[in-house]
Amino acid sequence: MGSTSAENAGNNGSEGVGRRALIKRSAALGLVSVPAMSFLSACASGGGDEDTSGDTQGKTSKDNPFGVKDGSKLDVVIFKGGYGDDYAKAWEAAFQKKWGVTSTHTGTQEITGKLQPRFNAGNPPDIVDNSGAQKIKIDVLYKNGQLLDLAEVLDAPSVDDPTKKVRDTVIPGTLDPGLQGGKVVALNYIYTVWGLWYSGKLFQEKGWEEPKTWDDFLAICKDAKSQGIGGLAHQGKYPYYINVAIMDLIAKKGGLDAMKAIDNLDPKAFVGSDAAQAAVEAIYDVVEKGYLMPGTNGLTHTESQTRWNQYKAAFITSGSWLENEQLKQTPSDFDMKFLPMPVLPDSVMPFEAIRAGSGEPFIIPAKAKNLPAAKEFMRMMLSREWSTLFAKEANSLTILQDGVDPSVQLRPGTQSTVEASKAAGDNTFRFLYTEWYSEMDTAIQNASNELMAQRIQPKEWLKRAQAAVNQAAKDPASKNNRRE
Amino acid sequence: MRKGQYRFVAGFLFVPVALYLIFVIWPYIQTFGYSLTDWKGQSQTFDFVGLDNYKALLQDDIFMGAIWHNILFLVFIPVITILLALFFAFMLNAGGRSRAGGVSGVAGSKFYKVVYFFPQVLSLAILAVLFGAVYRSDSGGMLNGFLVQLGLVDANDPVVWLNEPDFVLWALIVVVVWHGVGFYLVLFSAAMQSIPRDIYEAALIDGAGRAQSFFRITLPLLWDSVQTAWVYLGIAAMDMFILVSTMTSGEFGGGPDHASEVMSTVMMRNFLYYGKSGYACAMGVVMLLLTLILSVVMLRATRRERVEF
Repeated sequence: MGSTSAENAGNNGSEGVGRRALIKRSAALGLVSVPAMSFLSACASGGGDEDTSGDTQGKTSKDNPFGVKDGSKLDVVIFKGGYGDDYAKAWEAAFQKKWGVTSTHTGTQEITGKLQPRFNAGNPPDIVDNSGAQKIKIDVLYKNGQLLDLAEVLDAPSVDDPTKKVRDTVIPGTLDPGLQGGKVVALNYIYTVWGLWYSGKLFQEKGWEEPKTWDDFLAICKDAKSQGIGGLAHQGKYPYYINVAIMDLIAKKGGLDAMKAIDNLDPKAFVGSDAAQAAVEAIYDVVEKGYLMPGTNGLTHTESQTRWNQYKAAFITSGSWLENEQLKQTPSDFDMKFLPMPVLPDSVMPFEAIRAGSGEPFIIPAKAKNLPAAKEFMRMMLSREWSTLFAKEANSLTILQDGVDPSVQLRPGTQSTVEASKAAGDNTFRFLYTEWYSEMDTAIQNASNELMAQRIQPKEWLKRAQAAVNQAAKDPASKNNRRE
Repeated sequence: MRKGQYRFVAGFLFVPVALYLIFVIWPYIQTFGYSLTDWKGQSQTFDFVGLDNYKALLQDDIFMGAIWHNILFLVFIPVITILLALFFAFMLNAGGRSRAGGVSGVAGSKFYKVVYFFPQVLSLAILAVLFGAVYRSDSGGMLNGFLVQLGLVDANDPVVWLNEPDFVLWALIVVVVWHGVGFYLVLFSAAMQSIPRDIYEAALIDGAGRAQSFFRITLPLLWDSVQTAWVYLGIAAMDMFILVSTMTSGEFGGGPDHASEVMSTVMMRNFLYYGKSGYACAMGVVMLLLTLILSVVMLRATRRERVEF
């Protein structure tokens, strides 16, 4: 914005519109007209498409609750990000085999660019994985009446056990992020766990045991350092990751109350909270003792994760997308393992407790052409067969309880997250302030960055984090977000 | 004018002006309108809040800090770039010691000109990746690796260039200067070559040394080019969005802890990430005003009598 205006201002000094300016302008005209044209053509194709939609309803039966019609077509759009889109291709093949429905598959990162014109024209796809940086905001779509209420799918009988409803087969709480106005309109399909990661191979070589307490953790860091290996690596350019470690320590030490105090913007969320103080001091201890991987404070996520894959550090913080993200950089015998945050003394939650939740929203547009097939597709996504397919192709878990067939060989990292979430049971937690208050999140991230660089001390960190909380509490809109 | 020709010309004048109004002026007016509201950027519902956004802006330490960083860039980027470009251009065009007495370039100057121009060919995005590798914060980075080899830096405690509040702005200035010098060198040497040789020869006969012929002849005759360079570099210094947002930490860059924040990064973060779009529009209006003032001031301040030759 600034530069365009200024260039014009700069031209004011010269002699009006020269030939070159004229050429520039006509070129600019060409540039503007391109998106305008496609926009217009998108609008133009809007009307008169009704006739194709009538013919997708088949007969309903017990096995076919939505009445999928053999020989109809399904239009699938998948966000092609960290999880790729091979899993969706596998699903579509299985779907065609079972129902005779052929699908057109689009794997893309430009969800908004490709789909907004189609939504506007009343010609949306049948099922969409609406994720990534360019996803269309769910609340905007919902308010425009573009989303199907998924209750019908969730109340249908489960594929694996017809005596159960689909909604009773998913991990409790995982449907909540898709709620809009009390209805589930988006299915957050992927189950993510956050914590520490290590190499099973390195640990075996060095004779280290999985640390359960913070002291054990520090002992391994110390041993690693003495052998020229970094203790903890983190993705310094993005302090989001080290906040996972800090916040998880707080939640485990102080229990769910300590977590909710932060999400609910308590005036004593940080300053005056023993759990927060203990957690930040514990992290700072790692910095002070020199247990960080050298240089990790300035590295990007891929740089630091790759160094960790090269055995330059014992631990790294991340979520369960890590294994798929690092697939190419991970040595074949690396034996990636997930580890819940080790606990501080007198922690309320056990070592097994983990931060966990669902992501990657799938939606069915209300104006989808082949609604029966789209609903059936989503019902099958929540079958064990398809959930297993997903785990195999994308190396991550789904929200389906026990959703991976035990006979299937998973990658070691994914396998360890399966075991960790089984061990955790109901001991899961998830901070929501990151979704609710991005400004507060940024302020705490900045403070953490300063802490890790030893430019501030734990006391100052607590002050700054509390200031961020108090600032967020001043916003009148913060009343809308509360958790009990 | 022949019949019909008038309409033809008028058509050509009208269309660009209309486009300019629609695609440049109108968005600015809209931005100003939005800056008076609490618009959240996701729907067309918002309330009028008057000048509240502007009042808040004055108390926003982060935005005020960003303005200072822009001013720092504004002072150092043009000065360093132009001085280096002038020096190199003079050396290339008049640095040789042969024949016509101090007015020929050093050997191979044509080749050097091409080489100097290389950085300009790279897009800023590539530049960000390139210098990301140079400034990498562990011993795998070029600078750190070099310093570790020399024994100046401990491999276990490398310099975290872009994550050091004291270094980050200078690290960015180096990138911009590296990128810009070649272009302005070519610009200046083109202008230098159009200076008639006999002026130099006359000066030489009068006993002028190399420094004197530079300050008394070359620089005054180049003034138009220097002025252009100054304005363009000033505008680049007011922007800096691409480099800061990709190379430094934080959402849309500006880290560590706002140490490298520029106006555009604060604006984008508020607009897209915090959903404070009305507030961000107020920042946009302030940026527009500052840039306008800057351009006028620079054009006035550098105005000289034109030397004809």
